[in-house]
Amino acid sequence: MPAGLTAPAPVRFNAGYGGLGMPALETFLQAIVNGLVLGSFYALIALGYTMIFGVIKLLNFAHGDVYMVGAFVGFGALSLVSGVVGAGWTGLFIAILISMVAVGFLGVIIQRVAYQPMLSAPRLSILITALAVSLVLQNGALSLTHGKYTAFRTDLGFGGFEFGRLFISHQAMVLVATAAVLMIALEFFVSRTMYGRAMRAVSIDKDMCRLMGINVNRVVAITFLIGSALAAAAGTMAGAYYGSIWYFMGFLIGLKAFTAAVIGGIGSITGAMLGGLILGMLESFGTQIPWIGSEWKDVFTFAILILVLVFKPTGLLGKSEVERM
Amino acid sequence: MIDRLYAYFDSPRRQTILLIAIVVLMALAPLVMGRYMTTIMTNALLYVVLALGLNVVVGYAGLLDLGYAAFFAVGAYSIGILTVQFDWNFWLAIPPALVAACIAGVIIGGPTLRLRSDYLAIVTLGFGEIVRFGARNLEITGRATGLSNIPEPNFFGYVISSYVDFYYIFLLLAIVAVIASHRLYHSRLGRAWLYVRHDEDAAEAMGINRVRVKLAAYVTGSVFGAFGGIFFAANLGAISPESFSFEQSVLVLMAVILGGMGKIPGVILGAFIIILGPELLRNLGELRLLLFAVVMLLIMLLRPSGIWPERRH
Amino acid sequence: MLLDLEQVTLRFAGNTVLDKVDFGVEAGSLASLIGPNGAGKTSLFNSITGFYRPQEGRIEFNGERILRRKPHKVTQFGIARTFQNVRLFREMSVMENVMAGMHCRTRAGAFGAVFRTPGQRAEEQYIAEVAHDCMKFVGVDEYADRLATNLAYGYQRLVEIARALATQPQLILLDEPAAGLNGTEKAALVELIRRIRDERNVAVLLIEHDMGLVMQVSEHIHVLDYGRIIAKGTAEQVKNDPKVIEAYLGQEDEEMAL
Repeated sequence: MPAGLTAPAPVRFNAGYGGLGMPALETFLQAIVNGLVLGSFYALIALGYTMIFGVIKLLNFAHGDVYMVGAFVGFGALSLVSGVVGAGWTGLFIAILISMVAVGFLGVIIQRVAYQPMLSAPRLSILITALAVSLVLQNGALSLTHGKYTAFRTDLGFGGFEFGRLFISHQAMVLVATAAVLMIALEFFVSRTMYGRAMRAVSIDKDMCRLMGINVNRVVAITFLIGSALAAAAGTMAGAYYGSIWYFMGFLIGLKAFTAAVIGGIGSITGAMLGGLILGMLESFGTQIPWIGSEWKDVFTFAILILVLVFKPTGLLGKSEVERM
Repeated sequence: MIDRLYAYFDSPRRQTILLIAIVVLMALAPLVMGRYMTTIMTNALLYVVLALGLNVVVGYAGLLDLGYAAFFAVGAYSIGILTVQFDWNFWLAIPPALVAACIAGVIIGGPTLRLRSDYLAIVTLGFGEIVRFGARNLEITGRATGLSNIPEPNFFGYVISSYVDFYYIFLLLAIVAVIASHRLYHSRLGRAWLYVRHDEDAAEAMGINRVRVKLAAYVTGSVFGAFGGIFFAANLGAISPESFSFEQSVLVLMAVILGGMGKIPGVILGAFIIILGPELLRNLGELRLLLFAVVMLLIMLLRPSGIWPERRH
Repeated sequence: MLLDLEQVTLRFAGNTVLDKVDFGVEAGSLASLIGPNGAGKTSLFNSITGFYRPQEGRIEFNGERILRRKPHKVTQFGIARTFQNVRLFREMSVMENVMAGMHCRTRAGAFGAVFRTPGQRAEEQYIAEVAHDCMKFVGVDEYADRLATNLAYGYQRLVEIARALATQPQLILLDEPAAGLNGTEKAALVELIRRIRDERNVAVLLIEHDMGLVMQVSEHIHVLDYGRIIAKGTAEQVKNDPKVIEAYLGQEDEEMAL
């Protein structure tokens, strides 16, 4: 595997902002901004992990790669529409929407083809199937791009607000705002609509839902649709934000988003958002600590993941599993 | 049809005959194989050792390990560090390397084996990456460039250096790995792995300490992996972090799954397919990994127990 | 007392499943635990064997405190069990199933297995002997090489008992051993339960809904209702206890078909 498993580093933000010579307060605020941006990505992807886990109790290994596919579809869509509306904000939003719809359906197809037949199989089999789906997506993208980075060009510009030496780009603000809007919409969907309620019901007791006349298969499909669409939105935004995409971009961020979901408590939607934010902040502040340094950043995340899983596997907001037997 | 063929080879006696025939053929093979083919076969034999080791963890004990390359790395780096940085003799460095692998197995397994299976998979993946990040960032492991000039092993005055020497070394390792796997399977511990895989509660009610039994699977698997890593390092004379990536773990796992989890001949077959397949499909280039992934997906959907699965009575 | 429970209280999410249960089984005795559905019988088994962890109370076995011990530890101390819904290792042979019981009485590990040390080989021999003995004892030895899942249900129950016996227990807990058995099989089961005590000197505690069977084999009967022990005594005493009759009122008739 070529070098570069690291997540796309928020280079633009850190450029010129080493700890030296920068007032503590501004360093602190900058870290918060960076943490918000990272956290938004993590949260959007973590939501998919947590929702899918909720309805079929499967850790969808392919979810990070769905994010990657979302980035590529978004890239393709932007290239198509940029001739008409340009590659500015309008173009990007259209691209995000197209990517969300297309990848949402890809998620449903994955569920129908790969996971549905495996639901009664042993746990190990379905996990390996999920891994296989992940590899198919990854290597599919690898063959199409020959493993090279693809530049994701936009005309969004580099404008932003400056407060002294603190700099917040427009992109970062729009990104965080979009993520927030999507999450509020999701929260509304889950708590107020029929399918949202059905989704929560299915995650509690599938058999009972069947008896009550809920179309469980459709609820599961909708969950995959929404989860994958959110990942696609994150993927497209990440492409625009960091400026390049490649076939392996979903691997590490998928792991981290999973960590976020676990921190928040897997199965809990609010938990996924909170976990994403916490992990983003932890990473952002973690890299400020001199003796951790950015090369150990990922080790740091994994260490958090392992510690949470070992000591508090239910996370912050998750419910403990029912006693066995 | 194919099932009847397997059924024919289900009898232990026929299997033994088949295995001996294969071993004799493999032992004579370098006489006709060129350098290139011999090197490939050496690699395939390394994969047999690794896949059999992972098979103990995944196939016998039913624990999905996505970071198996970490054990392979611990073996290789232990040898590399001891021989290059501390000028140890290769053979003397083997026991510490094995001990290091056991410790790694306990460290990875100890805190995590109580977790549900999908969490365990992701934690092993995380550990695999931590080991690789560690190797890439530490002084003693030579950072990103890794370690080179690992000395060729000297066996009572005979320097093991040619590609044919290493072919025979790995053939020997593979044979030992097969025998060890077979004996483990038909032992108290091997049965305990199956009990825990089939029904953890019932196994515990039988007085089986499931955490300990799983830990034994981890440590056993890590010893296989370390043996592979030790001779891998000696063979290449140089190691770098990228030899121990997630892809490496996935390839070994594919070998186990393609051939059929739990069954030794199946796993051997899987290892050869993983290494020889790409050679046969060389003109496919990047598509070969995609092809493997698709095949793996199809196998899980259509023939979940692998090409040559574990069959019982 | 071989097994002694004192004030054991178990709660799940605010529900009190077992409420200050006092309970005991004497060495070499035949005892039963009865009660309406949902009274907490299986929960009590699970609490004794370490699968559940009661919040309060004390459980002693042979003077050893076993409350909140891990299930495998409890088995090592000498308590074996069967499950309400037979839990054999379905894809393994009957022989292998019964060998599972010997795990906690043997110790060979990976090293012994790989190098086939003399100790390991002797131990394997021993495991096979005990397994054969246990299979023969319950009468399933002719099916030793069959897959457990291919056996008739009644035989599966017997294999489970053989497997429990192979752990060489002093007390064996049988969770509804007669469920799903026909009349002949039930008669054989009564015989087997008595032989377990008489020939192996193993105390038996069973949960059972078939009152005929319970009254036939039990020397002591304990009645559990809503997580409380409401009566204990011999078959005659329990049968005529007004509290017991009240507890069973409204229950299906078959259960009280004495």
